[in-house]
Amino acid sequence: MPDPSPPRPTVPELFLIFARIGLTSFGGGLSGWMLREFVQSRRWMGEEEFLNGLAISQALPGVNVTNLAIWIGYHLRGRAGAIAGVLGIIVPAAVLIVLIAALFAALAQYDLTHVALDGAAAAAVGMSLFMGVTVARRVPRRALPLAIMAATFLMVGILHWPLVWVVLGMGSLSIAATFARLRTADA
Amino acid sequence: MPSLLWSLVVVFAPLSLVTIGGGQSAVADIHRQVVDVHHWMTQAQFIDAFAISRMAPGPGSLLVTLIGWHVAGFWGALVATIAIFAPTAGLIYAVAHLWSRYRGARWLTAIESGLRPVAAGMILAAVYVLLQALDGGWVARGLAVASTAALMLTRVSPPALIAAGAALFVAWHAAATV
Repeated sequence: MPDPSPPRPTVPELFLIFARIGLTSFGGGLSGWMLREFVQSRRWMGEEEFLNGLAISQALPGVNVTNLAIWIGYHLRGRAGAIAGVLGIIVPAAVLIVLIAALFAALAQYDLTHVALDGAAAAAVGMSLFMGVTVARRVPRRALPLAIMAATFLMVGILHWPLVWVVLGMGSLSIAATFARLRTADA
Repeated sequence: MPSLLWSLVVVFAPLSLVTIGGGQSAVADIHRQVVDVHHWMTQAQFIDAFAISRMAPGPGSLLVTLIGWHVAGFWGALVATIAIFAPTAGLIYAVAHLWSRYRGARWLTAIESGLRPVAAGMILAAVYVLLQALDGGWVARGLAVASTAALMLTRVSPPALIAAGAALFVAWHAAATV
């Protein structure tokens, strides 16, 4: 069931917000943007709940941002919200990319186009870093979770190991350790 | 035409389920299928489509929308887009449903907190890779860090920030060429 917390967006509102995020997110970092929009500005979701969705979206196959849009939509408005989320993030952006492809030849001859895009991309990477810092701050300050975070960073960022195996390996290790710890705490 | 549309589904729907961590992992295989196996695009056409999908807003996997458009026009774009997104959309929907049903169960809490360090490591790794790939050297990296600080310390909206980044680079470029 969706969250019972009082202020909730309507389904068309959700569609429009996701469409705006999909259409204005140059160079990635969409999840940072969603954190800003749904958790910090509008307070429709708790940070905890958002970060759970983010972790699941990344662990499951599929495009993170699409997964996350479905997750957020479902939590705020059930099935209709999930549909509004996925259509909002994909359809307007899909139409736009075809238009851009058609116009690209004309734009590509101006040097300044590339310079502006480089600047936009740099600011967009800042968006991803903001997301990374927010998630890293919520990692428990204990040896094992911190070691798992560092090891994942090393394997993916520096060693370029296949993501599937890293997520399966580190994910199951981390989940098993957490499960064992919770059970000891309860006993 | 129907058989062409069907080939788009056969190529992209299975790829949907192996893209873990944001679609980038599948690009190598999309390239192999589209250029080497099916000859739908030349190498140069594929690189152009890839560059556009990186620059354009929206999910990076819209690359397949461009491929579908190139192969079979409107219906090609529609079918390719559905093929790459629908299988995983169904999967995450099912998981979101189960999640709210079993909220608070111990195994669920273990998955939630267990995945967090992995997610943090993955995002930071993606940032690290992106920072190295940015055009514009230390100016671009400085701008990325400055925009992170702006997001953490102020209530600036992302579109304003991206526009400011583009404007700063244009100004910097103008100043450097004068």
